[in-house]
Order: sequence, then structure tokens, then C-alpha cells
Amino acid sequence: MMPALLLDFVPIWTVILAVGIFLYVLLDGFDLGVGILYRFAPDTASRNLLMNSIAPVWDGNETWLILGGVGLLVAFPLAFAIIIPAVYFPVLIMLLSLVFRGVAFEFRFRDAAHRTFWDHGFFFGSVLATFAQGVVLGAFIQGFQVQGREFTGSSFDCFTLFSCLTGVALVFGYGLLGAGWLIMKTSGPLQQRVRGQGGWCLLGVVICIAAVSVWTPILDPDIAHRWLDWPNIVWFAPVPLMTILVALFIGRTLRSPSEGAPFLGAVALFLLSYLGIAISLWPMIVPHYYTLWQAASSPKTQAFLLVGTVFLLPTILLYTAWSYWVFRGKVRADMGYH
Amino acid sequence: MHLDPLLLSRLQFVWVIALHILLPAFTVGLASYIAFAEGMSFFTGKQIYARISQFWIRIFSVAFGMGVVSGIVMPFQFGTNWSRFSDATANVISPLLAYEGLTAFFLEATFLGVLLFGRKLVPRWVHFVAALAVALGTLSSSFWILAANSWMQTPAGYEIVDGRFFPTDWWQVIFNPSFPYRLAHTVVAFYITTGFVVLGIGAWLVRSGRFIAEGRTIMSATLWVLLVLVPVQIGLGDLHGLNTLEYQPTKLAALEGRYDTASPAPLTLFGIPDDKDAVMRSEISIPWLGSLLLTHSWTGQIKGLKEWPADQRPPVGPPFYAFRIMVGVGMLMLALIIAGNIMRRGSAFVTSRSFLLACQWAGPLGFIAVLAGWVTTEVGRQPWTVFGLMRTANSVSPSLTGLDVLLSLIGYIVVYAIIFPGGFFVMRRIIRLGPQAQALDAPVQSGRPTLPITSLPPGHNQGITS
Repeated sequence: MMPALLLDFVPIWTVILAVGIFLYVLLDGFDLGVGILYRFAPDTASRNLLMNSIAPVWDGNETWLILGGVGLLVAFPLAFAIIIPAVYFPVLIMLLSLVFRGVAFEFRFRDAAHRTFWDHGFFFGSVLATFAQGVVLGAFIQGFQVQGREFTGSSFDCFTLFSCLTGVALVFGYGLLGAGWLIMKTSGPLQQRVRGQGGWCLLGVVICIAAVSVWTPILDPDIAHRWLDWPNIVWFAPVPLMTILVALFIGRTLRSPSEGAPFLGAVALFLLSYLGIAISLWPMIVPHYYTLWQAASSPKTQAFLLVGTVFLLPTILLYTAWSYWVFRGKVRADMGYH
Repeated sequence: MHLDPLLLSRLQFVWVIALHILLPAFTVGLASYIAFAEGMSFFTGKQIYARISQFWIRIFSVAFGMGVVSGIVMPFQFGTNWSRFSDATANVISPLLAYEGLTAFFLEATFLGVLLFGRKLVPRWVHFVAALAVALGTLSSSFWILAANSWMQTPAGYEIVDGRFFPTDWWQVIFNPSFPYRLAHTVVAFYITTGFVVLGIGAWLVRSGRFIAEGRTIMSATLWVLLVLVPVQIGLGDLHGLNTLEYQPTKLAALEGRYDTASPAPLTLFGIPDDKDAVMRSEISIPWLGSLLLTHSWTGQIKGLKEWPADQRPPVGPPFYAFRIMVGVGMLMLALIIAGNIMRRGSAFVTSRSFLLACQWAGPLGFIAVLAGWVTTEVGRQPWTVFGLMRTANSVSPSLTGLDVLLSLIGYIVVYAIIFPGGFFVMRRIIRLGPQAQALDAPVQSGRPTLPITSLPPGHNQGITS
């Protein structure tokens, strides 16, 4: 038997993983979003600009995906072993799309003869990767067919109308984040154009959030009780109310001269949606089957990784912040690639 | 035809990892090489080193980008196709993978951005530190991933409860019996792989006639490094083999092509293994030598595969042939490097057309050796994922059908078949352009540099002319 440890590491790892996944969503979210808006750029010069606004940071951003995946494996291996095979095809589509869009950064600049091909690769890769992540989210909310420690459903179970809706929601959501980023990084007519695109993304994401918010409690009576029972309804009502306020705020700032506010607003919108999902599912990590504690790895495993993470994660955040500072300011039209 | 999800999952893993491993095999060494060139440029102030560094950074960025995206695929394979393996082993090896991410990937990705785009945005010493950080990241990555891989080969520091592995001693988990040998042998292999690519491209630069000085500098330094590394690697390989003999005797028997126990054992040079009848056909062998090489005595006993039940033996063919390819490539490398260093007299190594051509042709040799070594060790581990404890057949995700995996395998084949040749041609194009001065000393036009700045706040132009 394991010696009883005084510390319960599960809440700590839940927070670390939650922060890690949220950072992934924000960081790769805006650069996937730039990829989504990429197709609507008017000319090659603007496309270069869009690409260069994220070129120095995209692979760092994508690294959070590895941390998210491996973090789930370390902290909650049972959840990893059940959920990942259950979303076999969305994960496949995501990975292949990320491969395509990732190499497009370099290939597009080096291989002028096939630039259009890589432009398409970058756009479709970004859209499909985002959509696939949204499908994973939707499938996760809906839950999986489980027996013992294994997923026993079919690899196609995860594609439902609901998960496709969350997929579309995420495309609009990342698009909004990308617009927020580009408003900070560009100026002039291009920025005006992006503000308009941000407006469309906002409209799309608001409709999707509303639909998901109505649909989820209908799908799952437990979730309905969680939100609507007295007194929960009082405690949780601020979440949807704040969401409405934030959406209005983004709408206003997209039309104002403010350059940082739309991005911050988009971040707040993601944070609220994230909170909403957490409230719906807490404390399950495999919905309907396993709680965070039941799916957790051994305390020794969690303790061993925590020792290093306590120092490494803040260090990573520091030098990541530093690299963003190095590349701060507007991207300019006259520059080339490295 | 019956589609077996296990077999297809294994093929898929082979496909995604064999192609992925080519990139770290190149970038681990190249990152150190760039750090070296940046250091030389920083400390000596010679422009030639800055040009060389910039040239390799451009190539590195393509290879590294491909490494990132094909690397993200890897941890997800554990979940999508090998979920039973993940469930059973996560408590022990997953922190090693996480430490790889925390100590390596972020370091590499973040500082690569600075290395690629920041030459004019940060002070020169910071740029040098960025190069060091990227190199350090690649080495740290090798450390952790090989610790995890070695644990699967020679598990230690664990206990088994309800069919799952739990850690008892982290030191033993990480520094398991095969880890030091595997780490040394692999990292040196990666350095040598890079060395031969660099040597080959250096030879091309000389031959092209446009960049003789750069090509010569590149070739000379690389020949020195390889003169040390290649013999060291042969010694490390011997030690690794002895370690395998002790801890994974079935793998050793397979790569020696030994079905029957023998003392003294001959060294089988060539043959056609037949697993069904457990016999080596058309064998050519040298008596005594097998015992001498492996036990360092004339009569030492080498166990044959027949000592183990048939369902605990690896297939002999792949490790047997791959091992011979690896050793053969190693001997070729040694010959070329010795010749090159002898040809330093009178600068023959840059004037002999045939030697330059030989270097060019030898450019990909490291990749062949790395893949052959990988086949030897991984197929030799079969039929286990965790050697002797967990079978490959029991590691696969239970929910997958053959069709699922066939579809995903086709997806990976199609995408990689576009990406990898694409990357190859892009890198070839960069090489053809050569280490041009323009990337560094571009004239500053209308007060604004043309390259390579992505975002430059006003008043932050220090260092542009330095």
C-alpha cells in the first residue's frame, strides 16, 4: 500500500492543468485565429503581415498543447486513457491540420512557387484544427461510453450535432481572439478591416455560446440541476450575465479606437465560458464515470512532478513573457522573413 | 482481408516516429553547432562565423518547425492508439515526458523565436545565450525522452499493483540500467549525423566555388569533431551491446542472429534468419569472434533464442539486418573521417574533387545509422512494450477497429508524404543560396532595416549596425 501522504495533490494539479489548458487556448487560440482570418486578408502584403505577427511565437504557443496532453497523462492518466481514444478522429484531424499549418510558416516564405498551396494549407489547417478541438470539447461535455478503465464506444461516437456546434463555436471564438491580437499588431486600413471581421466572429460566437448554454442542460439533467437549483442559480447567475456584458463590451470596443480592449474582452469571454464548463462538470474528469480524485495518478507521481513544476512553470512564464516583450509593437509591412 | 488494429497501430507508430526521429537526429547536433558558431562570432568578432551561423539557423528553423509539428503527434499516439499502455505505465513514465516538455520544449521554442527573429532586437550576447538555450533544450529533451524509452527497455524502480506500474524509486526509474549507455550512444549518434550533413554541405559549398572560405571553415572544424566522435561512438556501441547482453539477452541474440546457445560463439557476418524453424540459413561466420566481442573472452557463452519460449522471442530479421547496416555505416564513416584528416596535409581535403564528392554522398549516412539503430533496439525489444512485463499486444487501445487505424494511417502517410519532401526541397533551396552576407549586413534603407525584423518599436534600434 502507498503510505498515506498528508498533502492532497489533486486540487493543485487540477489548478495547474486548468491554467495550462487555458493558456494553450488563449495563446494558440489567437494564432490559430490569425490563421482563420488569414483567408480574408486582401493581398499578399497583408498576408505576410498576418503571418509575421505570429511567426516568432507560434511554436512556443503550440508547446502548451503538449503540456496539456502530457499534463493530463501525468495527473489524471485514467482520464487520458479513456478520453483520447474516444476522440480518435478529432485528435487525428487536429494533429494533421497542425502539421500542415505549422510548416506553412516556413514553406510559404521559402517556396514561392507553391505559395498559394501553403496559403491554403495555413488557412484550412487553422480552421480544421480549431474545429477538431471544438469537437473534442463537445464530446467531452457529452461524455463517453465507459466500461471499467476503458472506453468501449465507437471512434465515431464523438461526432454529434452538439459537438459540431461546439466545433463551430470555437472557430468563431479563436477568430475573435485572432482579431483582437491583430488589432494590437496592425494599423490603418488593415486594422479597420480586422475590426469588422472581429464583429462577425463576435456575432457567431455569441450565438453559439447561447445555443450551447441552452442545449447543455437539456442534454444532461445533472447539469440542469447544477445551474438551476436553488441556491445555485443565485451563485452561478453572474456567469451568464457577465458573459452578456463582456460581449457588449467587445462589440463597443471593436468600433472604438481602443487597441487592447477587444483582445482583453475576448480573453474574458473565454474565461467565462471555461468557468461555465467547469461549473457544469465539476468534479468529474470523465463525465458520469470518474472524478478528478478517482482518475488521479499516484501521489508519488504527482509529488515528483510538482517539485520541478513549482520552479519550471514560473520560469517558463517569465521567459515567454520576455519573448513577447522583445517582439512587442506593431508588425510592419516592409519587413521580410528572417 | 482482416484489418488488425494492433498491426496497423504498430505500423502507424513506426511511420510517425521513424520520420520524426530524423529531425531531432539532425537538430540536436545542429543546435550545438549553431551555439558554437554564435560563440565564435561573439568572442572573435569574425564575420565569417556570423554568416555561417545565420546560414545554419535558416536551415535549422525549417527542420525544427517540422520537428515541433511531427513531435506534437507523438504524445497523442500514446492516448489514441496505446491507451492500455498509458493506463498501465503513466504513473512511472509520464512525469519523464512532462519534464521533457517543461525543461526542453518551451526553452527551445521560445529562444528559437529570439534566435530567428531577434538578432537585431536584442543585444549580441543575448542572441548568443538564446543559441545556447536552444542547444541546451535539445539536449534536455534527449535526456528525458531516452530515460522514458530506456525504462521501457530495462524497467527499474517500480512495483506492480493490479497490473499497473507504480514508482518506488525515481532515481532508479530515470537511471535505469540501459539509460546511461542509450543516452550517450544516441546523443553522440545525433551529433555525428549532424556532423556528416554539415560536412557534406560544407563540401558542396567548396565545390560550388562561391563559398570556398565558408565551406573550408565548416569542413575543417567538423572533421576535427568527427575524428573524436566516430571512434568514441564505436566504443559506446560496444558498451551498449554488453549492457544489452546483460539486461535484454533476447534482443542481443536476435541482433547476433543466434538461435542456438553456443560457447564459444562465432560471429555471424551474414545469413538469412528463419524464425519458423529457428535456424540461420546461408550463414557466413567467423569462429570464436562472437564470444570475443561480447564476453571479451575466447570461449564465453552466448545464449540463443531457443532458451526462451517462442512467444517471448523478437523477430530476428529486422534487428539482425539493421544492426549490420548500422555497423557497416559506422565503418564507412570511420574510413572517411580518417581519410579526411590525413588529407589536411596540403589542404587536400578541399582540393580533392573526389573527396569532396565522397563527403557529399556521405551526408545522409547518419540518418541511415540512426534509423537502423532504432530498428535494432525497438524491434529487438518485441514482443514487449515494457520489456519482459507488458506485451505490445496488450498495450493497444481496445476500442479501435482495423478500419479506424487504417484511416488514420492513410492520413499520416498522405500528410507526411507532402510535408517531408516539401521540407527537404525547402532546405535544399536554402543551401543553394549559400551563406550570403546580405542577410546580416543588409544596407539599412530609408532608415529601416529590410531584414529580419518582425516588430520593431521606435527607438529600439540599438545593435543593428554592430
